[in-house]
Amino acid sequence: MYELKAVDKKFPGVHALKSINFHIKRGEIVGLVGENGAGKSTLMKVIYGAYQPDGGQILINGAGVRFSNPRQAMEKGIGMVFQEQSLIPNLTVMENIFLGYERQFVRFGIVDWKAMAAAAKAQLAKVKLDIDPATVTSKLSFVQRQLVELAKVLTLEERVKGDLVILLDEPTSVLSKDEVQLLFKLVRELTTRASFIFVSHRMDEVMELSDRIYVMKDGEVVDVVERGGATAEAIQHKMVGRNVDKQYYREHLQTPFDRSKVLVEMTGVGLPGRIQDISFKVHAGEVLCLVGTEGSGREAILRTIYGMLTPVTGRLKIKGRDANGYSPRQSVASGVGYVPRERKIEGIVAGMNVYENMTLSQMKNHSSSGVLRVGEERALAREWIRKLSIKAHSEFADCGNLSGGNQQKVVLAKWRSGGSDIMLLDHPTRGLDIGAKEDVYDMVRAMSAAGVGIVLVADTLEEAIGLSHTIIVVKDGRMQKEFACEPGAKPTPFDLLHYMI
Amino acid sequence: MTRRLSRETMIKWAPLLVLIALVIFFTALNPTFFSLRNFARIAIAAAPALMVAVGVTFIIVMGSIDLSMEGTVSLTAVSFAFIFAQLGGSLAGLGWIAIPLVLVIGGVIGLLNGLVHVKLKIPSFMASLAMGFVGTGAAILLTGGDIVKVSDATFRGLLTVRWLGFPLMVYVAAFFLFVGWFIQTHTTLGRNFYAVGGGEDLAHASGLNVTRVRVTGFALAGVFYAIAAMLVVARIGQAESVTGANFMFVSITSVVVGGVALWGGIGGVWNALVGVLIVNVIDNGMVVIGLPDFLQDGVLGLLVILAVVLSTDRKMVSFVK
Repeated sequence: MYELKAVDKKFPGVHALKSINFHIKRGEIVGLVGENGAGKSTLMKVIYGAYQPDGGQILINGAGVRFSNPRQAMEKGIGMVFQEQSLIPNLTVMENIFLGYERQFVRFGIVDWKAMAAAAKAQLAKVKLDIDPATVTSKLSFVQRQLVELAKVLTLEERVKGDLVILLDEPTSVLSKDEVQLLFKLVRELTTRASFIFVSHRMDEVMELSDRIYVMKDGEVVDVVERGGATAEAIQHKMVGRNVDKQYYREHLQTPFDRSKVLVEMTGVGLPGRIQDISFKVHAGEVLCLVGTEGSGREAILRTIYGMLTPVTGRLKIKGRDANGYSPRQSVASGVGYVPRERKIEGIVAGMNVYENMTLSQMKNHSSSGVLRVGEERALAREWIRKLSIKAHSEFADCGNLSGGNQQKVVLAKWRSGGSDIMLLDHPTRGLDIGAKEDVYDMVRAMSAAGVGIVLVADTLEEAIGLSHTIIVVKDGRMQKEFACEPGAKPTPFDLLHYMI
Repeated sequence: MTRRLSRETMIKWAPLLVLIALVIFFTALNPTFFSLRNFARIAIAAAPALMVAVGVTFIIVMGSIDLSMEGTVSLTAVSFAFIFAQLGGSLAGLGWIAIPLVLVIGGVIGLLNGLVHVKLKIPSFMASLAMGFVGTGAAILLTGGDIVKVSDATFRGLLTVRWLGFPLMVYVAAFFLFVGWFIQTHTTLGRNFYAVGGGEDLAHASGLNVTRVRVTGFALAGVFYAIAAMLVVARIGQAESVTGANFMFVSITSVVVGGVALWGGIGGVWNALVGVLIVNVIDNGMVVIGLPDFLQDGVLGLLVILAVVLSTDRKMVSFVK
């Protein structure tokens, strides 16, 4: 019913979509997988009207259509549920649901709130969400907001003649297991009303939910897999173009660390309301992983080491020197590098190019009395682009246009090239695909072998266990238990969970 | 890799194309527009405005705004006239000392401006607007509302001595434009302006001292305003409390017309140059084709909007607050 024929899209320097053929039947759930930079986001943007294809055709029920903006696509029944939620937090649920389509409730210039509330209630019933439509959106939980977003898209049903296609972009990335199941159940029930395109990094979820899976690589559809038509490994192989290494977390590269050299030492550090009585040492070459639930205090510990938070009680020492009350600038000067979770906000400056981003934290090394040696900076950037095989056309490429994995590499290169030997990694693999994740794991091992002390907050328990020498479980701001993680004698996720919850 | 004429490059060059189109337009209406004499006239008018525009460019690149230029220019102009007179009133004598002194005064005013903005956490537009009024007030206090003449022939040489048809002040402005370009591209400070404008949180997380960058930026802008003030004094031979009048509108519209993004991180001193030239060519061209006085302001305003419309990629700007 909805079809793409030989759709092509080019950006300066990148052939993002190469002659894509894609179709979706009524009531079908189609999965879309691929590495970062494979062209998934571009394809989705073409589907919901944010991009216009350079070549090829978009067909709905056999008739060619062309959208110049998402609103036109919506009028043809194509809706998008965004990964980064698009609801306006200071408006109420019903205002959000009917945002831009309030006219139906307006009588003589006045909004009939009762009618809108009733209509919103009906939409919310579709997604089985029982909340007051007059609730301010910011008060909802994450999963509730996700459902409101879905309800908002489902209003297309009343507005549009014909079939609906709904895109779900990474809808599960921040949901708990139960919430994911709830969402899946709902999506399956809603197939009576709409077709779904489901994009996710979690292979097991895509395989569970989708009737068919489109596998993308380098801007092409490399395979279409029917339900049960292939194993997860086979699909991953097609996505990456190689087998996923059995030694996924590079455990065979894990070497013992240098116990004689302490880089960071915390003794009884506390911040009221956040962490209490935290004591540990990070040694040269050690990967120390902080494990805990969201809000358990892992972040606060990282940010304390980085100097963004100042310990109220206890002592923080960096390389033997008292670091209480350091500012980030002083921490950076003593060799600390920080890879934040919010890459777009704290990791790279979009609009600045690769070499400018790389030397941002270490301009002192490449300047004399405030005058930059640009040639040297560019040489450095070229060297690291090669070392980490960063996909950028040159050191002049705008970092904002790189894929997530490549942005992360630029962030890591920024700190490593500056000689940072204490690395704080906050979810370094979040939102990355398998190939890019493996690159990050390789970099972690390489840094560890070079004697860098690493404090890691991992994305998953498996990742934490696989990568670390030492695991510290944090709960409610207190240290619960320390695990040694020698290769071959690592704790299981179950061991850790026991102390986390 | 072959370079294609993409929309992005078009937008980058649009202000320059607008400038060329304007020159062609006015020349077509009156061929005397296209003469060295007239270009020198435009350059003289544009030189002080260019200095103000370069100064405010740094601030806008940081994502802030500085509205203190009128007060700062007035106060530094008046200070210059007084100090110059005190030191003998001749550039050949001790009078030259007034120049570095006034640059320092401009820097200090900018520094205060930046400190008020950063330390008291007052939005930059409000802090600088208020400081501008303080500057104008101080200038009135110093002069008592009088005009201070500067008639030293050597100093006025900036206007009267010509080289290749252009007076010296144009070369002085060109030199400081080059200094501005050097700061922008070849110093840590310039890079920091872009980092702060592109992502303040990130700049902080990269260990930059954002506070210091901001304050330094305002101080630097103050120095450029002081240069502008001295060029104005050289041009008209006097200083008074309204010497800085009109610079706010001219400089900020110039910078924006030239393609510096008001939300920070994009653009630079070349954009400021093109913008200042656009505004001054419009100004001058209307005199040349003989439009009456009262029409000029209105037409200038409309043409400025048109230039912004032509040079901004509205697809990129989803929302204008």
